Order: sequence, then C-alpha cells, then structure tokens
Amino acid sequence: MATSTADNPTRNYLNDPRGVKSWLFTRDHKRIGLMFLCLVTVAVSLGAVFALLIRTELTLPGPTVTDSPSLYNRFFTLHGAIMIFLFVLPAIPSSLGNFVLPLMLGAKDVAFPRLNLASLWLFAFGMAFFILTLALGGVDTGWTFYPPYSTGTPTAVTTAVVGAFILGFSSIFTGINFLVTIHTMRPPGMGWFRMPLFLWGLYGTAIIQILATPVLAITLLLLVVERTLGVGIFDAKLGGDPVLFQHFFWFYSHPAVYIMILPAMGIVSEVIAVFSRKHIFGYKFIAYSSLAIALLGFFVWGHHMFVSGQSPLVGMIFSALTFAVAIPSAIKVFNWVTTLYKGAIDLSPAMCFSLMFVFIFGVGGLTGLFLGSLATNIQVHDTSFVVAHFHYTMAGGTLTAFLAGLYYWWPKITGRMYGRRWGQIAAGLVFIGFNLTYFPQFVIGWQGMPRRYYDYELVTDIPFITGWQIISTVGGYLFVGGVVFAAVGLIRSLWTGARAPANPWGAATLEWQCSSPPPSGNFDQPPPVGDCYVFDDWEYDEEKGYVRVTKESEDVVST
Amino acid sequence: MPHDHDQTDGPPLAHHFDSLQQQFDSARLGMWIFLVTEILFFGGLFCAYAVYRANHPAVFVDGHHFLQTPLGAFNTCVLLLSSLTMAWSVRAAQLRRRGTLVAMLGATILCGLVFMGVKAVEYRHKWEHRLVPGQARLQYWFSDEHDPNGVEPPKEFLPDREYIREHLEAAGYTDLTDEQLDRRVANLRTFMAIYFSLTVLHALHVLIGLGVLTWLLLGATRGRWTSGHFTPVDLVGLYWHLVDLIWIYLFPLLYLIH
Amino acid sequence: MIDAMGGLPLGAWALFAQSTGSFWMPGEHSTFAPEVDRVFYFILAVCAFFFLVVLGLMIFFVLRYRRRPGVKPGKTATHSTPLEVGWTLALVAIVAVIFYKGFTAFMEMETPPQGCYEIRVTGRQWAWQFTYANGHVDDVLHVPVDQPVKLTMTSQDVIHSLSIPDFRVKMDLVPGRYTSTWFKAVNPGEYPLYCTEYCGDKHSQMITAVVVHSPGEFAEWLKGANDYLENLSPAEAGKLLYTKRGCVQCHTIDGSANPNTPAPSFKGIYGETHDLVGGATVVVDDNYIRESILEPGKKVRAGYRPIMNTYQGLVSDQEIVALIEFIKSLK
Repeated sequence: MATSTADNPTRNYLNDPRGVKSWLFTRDHKRIGLMFLCLVTVAVSLGAVFALLIRTELTLPGPTVTDSPSLYNRFFTLHGAIMIFLFVLPAIPSSLGNFVLPLMLGAKDVAFPRLNLASLWLFAFGMAFFILTLALGGVDTGWTFYPPYSTGTPTAVTTAVVGAFILGFSSIFTGINFLVTIHTMRPPGMGWFRMPLFLWGLYGTAIIQILATPVLAITLLLLVVERTLGVGIFDAKLGGDPVLFQHFFWFYSHPAVYIMILPAMGIVSEVIAVFSRKHIFGYKFIAYSSLAIALLGFFVWGHHMFVSGQSPLVGMIFSALTFAVAIPSAIKVFNWVTTLYKGAIDLSPAMCFSLMFVFIFGVGGLTGLFLGSLATNIQVHDTSFVVAHFHYTMAGGTLTAFLAGLYYWWPKITGRMYGRRWGQIAAGLVFIGFNLTYFPQFVIGWQGMPRRYYDYELVTDIPFITGWQIISTVGGYLFVGGVVFAAVGLIRSLWTGARAPANPWGAATLEWQCSSPPPSGNFDQPPPVGDCYVFDDWEYDEEKGYVRVTKESEDVVST
Repeated sequence: MPHDHDQTDGPPLAHHFDSLQQQFDSARLGMWIFLVTEILFFGGLFCAYAVYRANHPAVFVDGHHFLQTPLGAFNTCVLLLSSLTMAWSVRAAQLRRRGTLVAMLGATILCGLVFMGVKAVEYRHKWEHRLVPGQARLQYWFSDEHDPNGVEPPKEFLPDREYIREHLEAAGYTDLTDEQLDRRVANLRTFMAIYFSLTVLHALHVLIGLGVLTWLLLGATRGRWTSGHFTPVDLVGLYWHLVDLIWIYLFPLLYLIH
Repeated sequence: MIDAMGGLPLGAWALFAQSTGSFWMPGEHSTFAPEVDRVFYFILAVCAFFFLVVLGLMIFFVLRYRRRPGVKPGKTATHSTPLEVGWTLALVAIVAVIFYKGFTAFMEMETPPQGCYEIRVTGRQWAWQFTYANGHVDDVLHVPVDQPVKLTMTSQDVIHSLSIPDFRVKMDLVPGRYTSTWFKAVNPGEYPLYCTEYCGDKHSQMITAVVVHSPGEFAEWLKGANDYLENLSPAEAGKLLYTKRGCVQCHTIDGSANPNTPAPSFKGIYGETHDLVGGATVVVDDNYIRESILEPGKKVRAGYRPIMNTYQGLVSDQEIVALIEFIKSLK
C-alpha cells in the first residue's frame, strides 16, 4: 500500500466494472454515494437559482424580477422545498456518509447494499416528482405545506408532497442501513467509543431519520388524501384542525433540522482534529452530545407554534426543552476550540470551511436563544430574523460543513488533489457573501419585517430597509459566486490535479488506509484499528506532504 | 479484488459480511428497525385518531354504527389464526421440515386472502351507500355531468342520506331534524375518512405481506429455507405479526367504541 | 442610499415615520415592549460575550498555532471531565436565566388583565376586519391609549397572523378556532400592522394600521365611525366599503383584469348578462349582487373559480345596498 502505484491503482471503484448498467445497478456504497453527490449538486444548483431570484426580487421595493407575486411565491416555495428535501437533508448522510461510513469501519459495504441502491432510486424518483412539480407550474404553499392554504391552492401541491413522501422513504432506508451497519459491522477493536465522531454524527442522524420520517410520511399522505379526496382531517370547515398538521409536521421537521446538522458537526470534528494535528478534545462529550441532540430534538417541535394559540403552559415546556437542546451544541463548540489549543494548524480549504462552520453555526446557535426565549420569540416569529437564523444554522452550517467534507474526502473520492488556493479563496468569498446576505435580515427582522413578503413597498417604518435589502442581495450573489468558485476549483482538479496519495492529510481514520480512489472491495484485508485521533504516525514534510514516520508493516502483521 | 454479488448455492454469505452470524444479526436488527418505522407510521394515524376522538367524541359514536362488527370480529380471528400458522412456519423452517413449512405458509396465505375478501365485502357495502371518502368527487369526475370548472359535486353523488337516517333510527336516534342529520352526515364523513385511512393502509400492508409470503412459499417448495437459511421466513414472520398486531388495535378502536 | 420612504402609493402610510424607534429597534409603544426589549438586550449581551470569547479564542489559536516548519503540535490533555462538567453547568445556569426572563415576560403578554376593551378580528385573503362592540367594522384597528385591548381573532380562509412590531404583539388567526392576544398602547399615533403568516398572493399587501387615539378621542371616533352610511349617499358609502371590506383586493373598478386573483371587474357589469359555470346565464341585478356577496359559490361566472368567501354576517343590509349602488354607479 505504501508504494505510489498501490496508492493509485489503475483498477478502482470508478472504472471496475465499466458501463452505465454497472453504475445504475451497483450495490457499491461508493458509487451510490457518488451518484447521490451528483444528484444533490444538481438540486443545490437549482435551489440556488431560486435563491437568487428571491434575493433579486427583494433588492428594491416594488416589482423587480417579476410583477407577479404568485410567481415569487413559487420561487420561495421551490427554493425551500428543493434545498431542504433534496439538498440539506441528504447532502451529508446520503452522499459523503454513504461513501465514508463503511470505509471508516474498515468494512466492504453497508449492511444492506440493495436497500442502499433502493434509497438512491427512490431519491431520483422523488426528485423526478419535484421536476414534475416545476413542469406543472410549481407550488406556492411554502415548503411547510400548511393547510388550509395547501389544500385550497390550485398549484401543484400533490406532486410536490408525493415527491417529499418518496424522499422520506429514501431517507428512512439510508437511516436503517447506517444504524445497522454501525451496530453490527464495527471491526474488532473498534468499540463504541473508539469510533470516529463522524460516525456518531451519522448514528444520531440515523436515529432521527428512522423515528421522525415515518411521521412526516403519514402526515404528507394525509395531506394528499385531504387534498384529492376532500377528507377533512386538517380542514376546519369539515371539522378538522389545521394546527394538528403543524404538530405532525414539526414533530418531523424539527428533528430533521438535526438530520442536517449532526453529520455536519461530525465532519467538523474530524477535520479540526486532523488539521490541527491534535487529538480531539472531549471525545466522549462530543459523542454523547450527538445522542443528546438527537433525542432532545424530538421534544422541541412546539417552539414553531408559540404564536399559534397553543396554551402558555405548552409554550413554557417547549421553550425550556429548546434551551436544553442548545447546551450539547455549545459543548461541541467549546470542545472544537479547545482542540485547536497548541495544535499545528493547517489552514487547508477543509479546515477553512470547518472554522467557518464554527463561526456561522455559532451565530446561528446564539440567535436561536432569541427564538427560544418566549418573550422575544413573539417579536421575531415569522420575520426575516427567523429566515436569517435558520440560514445561519442550516444553509451556512450544513453547506460549509458539506464543503469542508467534500474538500476533506475529495482526494479519496476522485483520487485527485485540488488547488489549495482555489479552495481558500472560495472559503473567503463564501464567508463574506454569507454574512452580508443574512446579517441584514437579523436587523430588519427584529424590526418586524415579515418573511415570505413579495414586496416591502408598504413596510415603511424600518429605517434603511432598502439599504439592508441591497446589501443582502449583493451578499447573496457573492455567496453563490463563492460556492461556484469552489465547485470550479474542485472540478478542474479532475484534469489538472496531481494524483492523490492514500493518506494526503496524515489522518488516522480507516478510510485513509485504502488507496485513493479505493478499489471496489475497499480493503484487501481488514485494516488495523488504532486510535482514530492519534496522528503520531504521520508528520508533515514541506516537500512531500504528510509522510509516514512509523513502520506500517508492523501494524499489518499485528492484525 | 473481484466484485462478486452472484448468489451461489453454498452458504449464502454476502461478500461484505465476515460471518453468517453477523449477517443474521444485521438482517434481524434491520427488520426490527423497519418495524419501528412502521409502528411510527401507524402511530401518526393513531395520534390523529386520539386527537379527533378527544375533540369530537360524537363522530366516533355515530360512526361505529355503520361498521359491521361481526365481520370485523371474524377478521380478527382470521388474523390471529394466521399469526399462529406464521409462527409455526418459522418453527418448521428452523427444524428444516419442508412439508410443514409449505403447509403452514399456505395456511397463512389463505388466512390473508380470507381477510382481504371480508374487507372487500365491507368496502363494497360502504361504496354502495356512497360513504367512501372522496367517492363523490371520484364518481362525479368520471360521470357525464362533470364540469371542469371545479364546482362541488351535486347531491346525487353525496352520501346516501336516507340510508344514514334509517340506519341511525335503527340505532335509536329517532326523529332527527334535517339539521341534526346534516351534522351526523358530516360526522360520518370524518369518521369514514379516518376508518378508510387506517384500514386501507393496513390492507395495503396485508397485500404486501401476501406477496412476500407467496415468494416464501415458492422458495419453500424448492426447499430453500429448510437447509439452515431460515432468515427470510423469520423476518417475514416478524412483519406479519406486526400487521396482525396493528389490526388487533384497529378493531376495538374503530368497531367497538361506544 | 435609496430613501425607502419615498414614492409611497398611499400618503397615509408616511405617518408611520413617527412610530420609528431607533436605527436598530422598533419604537416601544406598548406596556410590554420595554420588558421584551430588556430580555432582548440581556440575550444580546450573553451572545456577544460568548461570541467574542469563543471566536476570539478560536482566532487567537489559529494565528498563534499555525503550522510552522519543525514545530510539532503540543501534547495537551485529550479530555478533562472537570472542564466539561464545569462549562456544562455554566451553560445550564445561563440558559435557565434566559428561559426564566423570557417566560415571565411572556406570561404577562399572555394574560389579559380585567376590564379589557374587546375587539373582534377576522382575517381573510387579503384584508383585516376589526369589529367593534357597536357593530362597526373597520379595516384599520382603532384603539384607545392607556387602556388594555383584547383582540379575539379568527380567520375565514387560511391561517393569517397579526403582528404589530411597535407593540411586540403577534398571534395567528386560525380558521375554525378563536385565538386572542392583548396589549396596552402607551402613545397616541399610527403604527403598522402586518400579516406575518404566509397567506397567498397578496400576503405582502395585507398590511394596515393601528391608530391609537388619545384619551376621549376614541369614543368619539367610534360614535362617528358608522355615520358614513347616514351622511354619505349610498354610492359614496359603497365606495368606502369597497376598500374597507376588502373587495378592492380582487375586484378592480376600472375594467382591468387582476392577474393574480382572477375576479370580475365591477366596471359596467350592472345590467349585463353573464354566462355562469355550468352553462346557465344570469343578469347582474340587485339580487344577483346580494347573492354573490352572501353566497359567492352559488353562481360563479364562467371563466372564474369559486375562490371568494362568504360575507354572511360581516355586512349589514344597509351596507349591501350601498355596495349595489356603488357598482351601479360604475358605468
């Protein structure tokens, strides 16, 4: 494995076997992960187009992009639905997680490869329904599909909801696979608390996917039945209760927020340790906090309904639980920062994006305190403050961590090294653009700017509102520009990049012990399991990069 | 390394597992987790049921008069019997008794078919009196009178008011005014929505179960599960028991409430 | 930068300028606004502290411990249970304080005092209707200063939400149930009132005003408010009702089509014969207009969808007459 030819085998999972059919019917988790990666990239591009349309429309008061509010409503609905269901939910678990999870366990595949393939197909199928929705003129309910608006509007709600329903099953299948794989396929020597933290993140995610998604599925099914057959479970006119839908919906969708953020936190835990050459600080607390977030996340859904007329007592309970879930997130941040202490910090693109995650997620998490606190929640509920908050956590958080993970594992996935500068410049652009986009929305949100407004011509009591909106739009273009820059930098590496060694970062998790890209069967023999945060075996050399300073043959023999 | 997924006749260990034990544990754990998702899936419906029952108790009291309790009770017995035969099948597979396995799987399938048959009779009865949710819209949509501009279906497609009145009178609600009857019809509509959501979803699970059982039966006749590899029978058994269990809850919640 | 106050369609909205607080904060014009703002500033201080400390340390570490040739990473502890437990307990204490402050301020906002002046609020796509004890219905919320006001709210169609940023008040309007909120305005003036729950095409136009009257002025206003039906000609009163009751949101009066909410224009329709959905025809006369207001879904004009909600119970006979006269006058 140490020789350069073994580092870059001519036969690897990308070209062995060849042919379109071998890809479509593959059961190889790496291929499935890579295809997921392509699909979510398409989705995020589409979502970004809608994002820019929204931002451009809001730049100046009055009609800007379109004079039809109905069209604008479709923009923000499609932006939300595509970004949530097709990007932030599957982005890290289904693509990067699928690729890395078995490798990190030193395994040949996930427990149920066929189920994994089914998950991919269902995802593509669900995505097709979203495309169909677009073709039918879009949908204008907001991604939350609240009835009775969603049961009354003539737009293509049914196809969008069916799409989300199918994507839910894709998510459940991935969750089952990950949970079982982590339970039964850990190699000898890898106890629960010797697992890489990314796997803890995926484990927490899998729990949520399994426990919450079925409830969403049934809720969406009821919505479709209600809409097509006029059944009346959520419709007040027929004796139903529209707030019941909100309870059901957020029972899934709040935990779903943690589907988006837990694997992101896992990536950041890996990257920060590797690029500061330090053992991660407080491993057990980070691992337990993943579990705590996954479990507490189930009991906070009511904070989306503080102004829906629920009783103050219920509000109080949900507020208290919401604060409780803030604690494990903060613990993670403290541990990451402590890990940096006395490290040898390498500001590689993956590290830049991870540090950016800590910043952006920090802002998102702290502004969550305003939303969790009952008195201040009333003022900012359904305003652009909320929009800014969840973009800081979900868009900023998940996207930066996704990019960090992509930069981190790119050499493993493609077998190519990318230009460091490209990645660092992209990180700078994304950082500046992102904050310019969303910080102004905190300000105008606190002053009362409602969300989902097509126009703010009549919102006249907010000082400098047009100025804030212009800054936000400029930021939006910079942000998207930064992400495109990152993508170009990565894609050009496929042609111009140097061949990647098996372990370009000197990392200690098992995926770096197979070649880059890995062969179809991952490992010829089970790799030796060590402490995944001890980097003593590898040292940085100015010319050669990370080189092994201990003899690996001993390790191999010792297994 | 060769990437070989082909099924062989030897011990069916998939390439990515280290041992048969690991493979068996994974399959069983996966099935249990799947059953958890199923329970949550129905849990959402039961939750909607509970909220409704608390808010509109009259809906359920009115509604259950329109279900045929004897048929429901019969179906409950049939499914209980099928659980027994399913458990027997698993045992037979473990003891490698091909004949018993084939017989018991056959009996389980038979029970499932009987259940679906009875269900069909019940549904048909609802359809005849236009009590199926969405039936009005559906029939109106395919009728000659259909007007594409989205006006609600006319009266003759709506639930059979006279039947409802007669039925309620038989249940002791005499001398209902038109307004009271309207209220009951609306209640019944909601009840039927919940009844059909729950039972159709359950019936769908029975149908899926029947499909998988048929596949098992075909394999059983060729002795595939009686040579030590009984995992599929075991897992389908778990699934079938869950489907039965859901019915055990559905029957009293829908048919036996007062 | 561009002056957001310029070029307003309605001159009256310029009055909102007086409600403006500081550059960062909306004005504090209700009794609980200062309390909410105290919670806000407290959380802001906590956030600023943690943000500066944590991010400051992160940036310091990144600069101080950049990878340098020949310098190996330091050997430090990989975990420290006292440290972890310590900061966990500190976090618990801080969030407990924030929760408590937010909760107590919230309880005040949730508990209307005795003797509230009650106003009923009805939301519909896309208009507000405020119904007063004497039966007067207005599209602007008029309230007395220094007196607690309780709003009892519901919606006729989809979910709306009533938000008055200057009062720190917000509550959803849910069809099929009543929700309520209360406030006590402390300064006379005019403040904006928004719909903050997405409700369709004109969500961003579902904006009106709260007018806080100085002592004594409110009773006078309320007495005079209904007089227009007596003082004006029916057609003029109808014109007023056309905006006040929200007809303006969908029906134009200049013959143009409303592209987003397709509804027949009122111009020149009186006396015309219209085709109906389903093939029949109808002459637009007094009876048809009355029926269309009270039972809009009954006879829908061909080419339109039955999207209008009933006004049953929301308009008086006298008001219907005024609206009919107004439509008649639109030749």
